Amino acid sequence: MATTARPETFYDVMRRQGVTRRSFLKFCGLTASALALGPEFIGTIAHAMETKPRTPVLWLHGLECTCCSESFIRSAHPLAKDVVLSMLSLDYDDTLMAAAGFQAEAMLEDTMQKYKGRYILAVEGNPPLNEDGMFCIVGGKPFVERLRYAAKDAAAIIAWGSCASNGCVQAARPNPTQATPIHKVITDKPIIKVPGCPPIAEVMTGVVTYMLAFDKIPELDAQGRPKMFYGQRIHDKCYRRPHFDAGQFVEHWDDEAARKGYCLYKVGCKGPTTYNACSTVRWNNGVSFPIQSGHGCIGCSEENFWDKGSFYDRVTELNVFGVEANADKVGLAAAGAVGVGIAAHAAVSIAKKKDHEKETQE
Amino acid sequence: MASIETLSQPIYVYEKPVRLWHWINALAIVALAVTGFLIAWPPVVTSGEASDHYLMGYIRFVHFSSGYVLAVGLVGRAYWALVGNRYARELFAPRVHDAYWWQALLHEVRWYLFLVEEPRKHAGHNPLAGLAMFLFYVLGSVFMIVTGFALYGEGLGSGSWAANAFGWVLPALGGSQQVHSLHHLGMWYLVVFTLIHVYVAVREQHLSRQSVTTTMIDGWRVWKDDRP
Repeated sequence: MATTARPETFYDVMRRQGVTRRSFLKFCGLTASALALGPEFIGTIAHAMETKPRTPVLWLHGLECTCCSESFIRSAHPLAKDVVLSMLSLDYDDTLMAAAGFQAEAMLEDTMQKYKGRYILAVEGNPPLNEDGMFCIVGGKPFVERLRYAAKDAAAIIAWGSCASNGCVQAARPNPTQATPIHKVITDKPIIKVPGCPPIAEVMTGVVTYMLAFDKIPELDAQGRPKMFYGQRIHDKCYRRPHFDAGQFVEHWDDEAARKGYCLYKVGCKGPTTYNACSTVRWNNGVSFPIQSGHGCIGCSEENFWDKGSFYDRVTELNVFGVEANADKVGLAAAGAVGVGIAAHAAVSIAKKKDHEKETQE
Repeated sequence: MASIETLSQPIYVYEKPVRLWHWINALAIVALAVTGFLIAWPPVVTSGEASDHYLMGYIRFVHFSSGYVLAVGLVGRAYWALVGNRYARELFAPRVHDAYWWQALLHEVRWYLFLVEEPRKHAGHNPLAGLAMFLFYVLGSVFMIVTGFALYGEGLGSGSWAANAFGWVLPALGGSQQVHSLHHLGMWYLVVFTLIHVYVAVREQHLSRQSVTTTMIDGWRVWKDDRP
């Protein structure tokens, strides 16, 4: 057995998984272009993969629906997917790995010890904190304890999807389990938020590959999302944008405008308020995305999107008042009340003045 | 400041830049409210190709350029508060530390509740008007400028001046959609202010002891009687 003293590299893993040298270089080229890097970075990526000890990824599942994993394994970037998946299955992902039960838990322990302070912790879902975390039990323990334990020696944490990033639907009002996003539980580690319900597969593999290849966190925006994928709104790159600028809008789902593929702004599309890469990367091997399929964006990668009124209203209901009303209903009511008040006040003022004039005449 | 205005001579209150600002600002607010409402409830073009029209584009252009007028105007007005006459400062600094100001405020409230026969004379804003100007107009328009530029920065893109200077507002107030709603609500705040402002200005012109609306046209405060 030709074992060497040097630590295992990504390249070693790939070759062992049956990836040819040619496929490996293709992977480097595809990764560079997926991350919008120039051709000169292909060599950089290849060199890093050949020489750097591989960074293991541990993937935990909390309170979630596994849509992130479902999305991830459908990545249209097959090499990236195979490589990343094969590396993931080497470490720990209780949904994808072959091992189960005690054997799986032993692998988690093993990786945590062996790569202390160097592994990446990917978290899908979030921990519910109510009742001491009893609403989500993994391996016989509340998930929140497991999360804290695994996060302790992690180099960085990826918060997969809206659950981990924002809390998602289980954190919607009134949030009975007190489902809490990762960054509010783990405060001492760098956290990369990859929101979306689920996030786009290529965005997920892109983020993991970037971190594995460059051994650093991608550039994040103020909310902790990778700028390369969350730097723009759906609206900014939407192919229906010319209809928005022209004033051509769908008003009913069965009208002529809907058949012509006009802008869905008036039927509540959240593209103008949602930061994600759907309109550029698209879904299912770049086949389509919600707006292209004729339905407005629901804003699933935005914080608290489920608590922000209907998916089908442009001017959405406000929850801040504890009553269901949008800005126009509130505003019109206020302006109406003030208008009536002014009319009444003006009437009294005029009557008073007439009285006064009468008195002075007498 | 004199405790009670006893002058019977007209006083030059609103200097030219203040009056010019007032009327330009009024036009900008009307343009902003109309186009802002149309951005929320856009009119629909049904004919032709997208390339034949640019209706929403024009509406947004008017909104954004009027927004710049409002913002630059407020900065200019703040500058004039520093270099203009003492009445130019009242808008930004209600005299809440002044006991007489509070007493006069109460008198003005009673005047509006028909509890006193006549209002007092005030060369500048009466305390109630000054307080309303500050709470509604100054705070309201600052809120609209800050949230407006935060939303404008979304269109300009990350790295633009507006996104750099005001981008923090979006997550702080609960995200882009929430800021849209609050900005829309802010419009109604200013509409309510405008309704009251126009009513009381006209009312005071006719029922108080001094000129009000004409003062914002020619700058002079004229007294209707020479009692204190």
